[in-house]
Amino acid sequence: MIRLFANANYDFIKWRRWAYGLTAALIIPGFALFLVHGLNYSIEFTGGTLIQVRTTAPVGTGKIRDALDAAGIRDAEIQQFGAANEYVVRARIGAGGVTAEGTTQATAAAVDSALAHGLGADQYRIMRTEAVGPKVGRELQGKAFLAIFFSFIVTLVYLWYRFEWRFGLAAVLATLHDILTTIAFIRYLNLEVSLVVVGAVLTMIGYSLNDTIIIFDRVRENLRKFRRQNLYEILNLSINETLPRSVLTHGTTMATTLALVLLAGEVLRPFALVMTFAIFTGTFSSIYIAAPILMYIEKRWPGEDARGARVYRPAAAAAPEPRAPVQPQPTR
Amino acid sequence: MAKLRSRLFIIGGLVLLSIWALIPADTTQRVRDATTGRMKDTTIRRVPINLGLDLQGGIHLALEVDQSKGPVPDPAEAIRRAERVVRTRIDEFGVTEPVVQVVGNDRLIVELAGEKDPARAKGIIQRTAFLEFRITDMNNLFRDAIPQIDRALRAAGVKTPGQGGAAANVTQLFGADTGKTKGKKDKGKAAPDTTASGLLGPLSALLNQGQLPGEYLVPEEQVPVAESLLARPEVQRLIPRGLELRWGTEPRSAAARSYRPLYAVEDRPIITGEELEKATATRDQLTNQSVVNFTLSRRGGRVFERETGRHVGHYMAIILDGRVVDQPPVIKSQIGQHGQIELGAKPLQDAQDLALVLRAGALPAPLTIVEERTIGPSLGKDSINDGVRAGIVGVALVILIMVGYYRLSGLLAVSALGLYVLFTLAGLAWFGFTLTLPGLAGLVLSVGIAVDANVLIFERIREELQHGKLVRTAVDEGFKHAMSAIIDSNVSTVLTAFILYLVGTGPVQGFAITLIIGITASMVTAVYVVRTFYMIWLARRPDMVTLSV
Repeated sequence: MIRLFANANYDFIKWRRWAYGLTAALIIPGFALFLVHGLNYSIEFTGGTLIQVRTTAPVGTGKIRDALDAAGIRDAEIQQFGAANEYVVRARIGAGGVTAEGTTQATAAAVDSALAHGLGADQYRIMRTEAVGPKVGRELQGKAFLAIFFSFIVTLVYLWYRFEWRFGLAAVLATLHDILTTIAFIRYLNLEVSLVVVGAVLTMIGYSLNDTIIIFDRVRENLRKFRRQNLYEILNLSINETLPRSVLTHGTTMATTLALVLLAGEVLRPFALVMTFAIFTGTFSSIYIAAPILMYIEKRWPGEDARGARVYRPAAAAAPEPRAPVQPQPTR
Repeated sequence: MAKLRSRLFIIGGLVLLSIWALIPADTTQRVRDATTGRMKDTTIRRVPINLGLDLQGGIHLALEVDQSKGPVPDPAEAIRRAERVVRTRIDEFGVTEPVVQVVGNDRLIVELAGEKDPARAKGIIQRTAFLEFRITDMNNLFRDAIPQIDRALRAAGVKTPGQGGAAANVTQLFGADTGKTKGKKDKGKAAPDTTASGLLGPLSALLNQGQLPGEYLVPEEQVPVAESLLARPEVQRLIPRGLELRWGTEPRSAAARSYRPLYAVEDRPIITGEELEKATATRDQLTNQSVVNFTLSRRGGRVFERETGRHVGHYMAIILDGRVVDQPPVIKSQIGQHGQIELGAKPLQDAQDLALVLRAGALPAPLTIVEERTIGPSLGKDSINDGVRAGIVGVALVILIMVGYYRLSGLLAVSALGLYVLFTLAGLAWFGFTLTLPGLAGLVLSVGIAVDANVLIFERIREELQHGKLVRTAVDEGFKHAMSAIIDSNVSTVLTAFILYLVGTGPVQGFAITLIIGITASMVTAVYVVRTFYMIWLARRPDMVTLSV
């Protein structure tokens, strides 16, 4: 029988400051970039035209740029897309003179004829065209906003029902952390944000929340079981006890998302990358963010469950110093 | 033991139900006839899972009323008119399952799976609607020409398809006819007899006399043949001067067969949609009769008065975009600016639809395309291949991890995973949801999430065993204690997916749906099925001391 991390006894909480530093180092620059440059929203949000072409031979983005320039289509983004002979041309509304309803259609036709002139009509094939008018783009922004808003509400209601507010607050803060790191991640890789990517973020937030819930459930159980232990140790114990489950379940889920990243093609890649990262950050935050935050909250506003832990904890009011953990013996 | 049997019974039932949902079923599709190039209905057998446009390739268009050249008073009504018009043209697209629907208040969605030419599709949709009223062939000139046409066709080497008493058929179909048409029909019956050896000719074998002059009924499956015959130059030449043939929009069924009406109508309209100003449907509560009231322009009223005066007792075909809508009504008396079409006991819905047709012809709605997505068929195929490959690798990794780590118990979980995939696909087929590319990803992802329930259970069993519990008790306790965590871990994901389904568009909805169905199926398999497997295992090895977990 293989047992990973069975009877593990790591002092996770001790590393919390390192974890804060690490996560801040990830979030702050990413968020600064996000505030300055925004995100790379897909055509469906901004409105505009996207054309994916497959050429018979790899021609390079320069040649396509020349073809478009010759036809007077400027400010269009040209990007190699997956294979060496596939390219995506994006003309967002506001750029390249695309402004009003209907002109996105004209742009698609213009790009097609520009390529026919520049490359030769038999040298390429249009694989995909998306032409989204500004109105549909705005609507989709609204829909994405609604999805985010309602899933927040649902998550909050669920947590409120599931836990008393101290645990709930810790879980919400951990979730907030997940959102911030995911935005930073999307910004670093300059991933295209489509509605599907928003969907991935929301789903994975729900999924990573479970991790926090499962650890917190164990914390609550252990708080009742070992009333004499301090919270610091109980948190460590709970994380260690749930560690095999975390490793296994994230292992299997990540196996599938990594398979999607590597094999499912270019269209799904941003979506799969976001999901993979979200699993990672969700696991990280349940251990290094949610648990320590719960400790601070309980110290500031002690709750019924943790009261025993507070009373028997030496110098509870002092600044928390890393302590050598004591593995509590399970009462048989 | 009885408990185990009933469990197996339920699982077996679910499996059978799933297989039943997935066996290839007959679905009706419009397909392009290879020889004639026309559209026809065929039934084909296929697994009833719908593929989204991103997997099949095709065109998705969202259209709205174009208000840039001046405001349109009622965009919602205009879009309904446009929908009605696009529906009449549905065959022109030449794709198997075109989707035409109004979304929200003022948007028309047209989805054409498999269509390759966006420019052509857009042309069909945006073409201006044309409505006209024409008098049917009251003197049966076309019918009288049929023997001649038959001869010409035979001379050209066209064989008569299958035997069948056409005229006799018709009397069976519509027993009670007016004496007037009956008399004419007798004449019609005699007409084919004049052809060689009393057999029906190539064309007359296909045509059944309808209920009114100038109306013919062609069995649905024969429509492409009839169309190709009528399109031949030697036939065109013999169609009497001043007449044209027009097909009806809706098939009509009689005696368990489906017929498509064909009308011989005058080549000159008595009035066109331009002169139409208003058309409304009402239902008389007392008589239970549906009627459509229409109003013409002053000028149109004068023309219509003159024409209807000449044609009292004649039938007037309402033709939208070259197709005859409904059965032509009879002109009872001279009509001026205001007219009424009586639909008898037909439901109000039919009257409203006819009124919509009239308005569509009167006020064509200029449409502008607000969204277009075209996916080439090869890209769709690539997406399926990539998605399936990723899925297989992902699932293989999950199997490896589970069996490697949990041994025999892992094997149980993995075999339950097979059922999970079956249940999920069956769920998609059962509820008629569409599988999209993100949906495929959702399917793969939910396999990863699915085993989470088993991981929770197995870990709990391990802990219980560690605490010195007996195998049987450990298994029971493991399942019992893991339950709350399992429900927790799925509730929030399902809730999020549900929200995504509500607010999302096609591809995202596909993702949300597979996730919801996948997670539901995983709850069933991971908890119920794996539990049953354990029960079988423990029943066969009651003396088991160590558990392979």
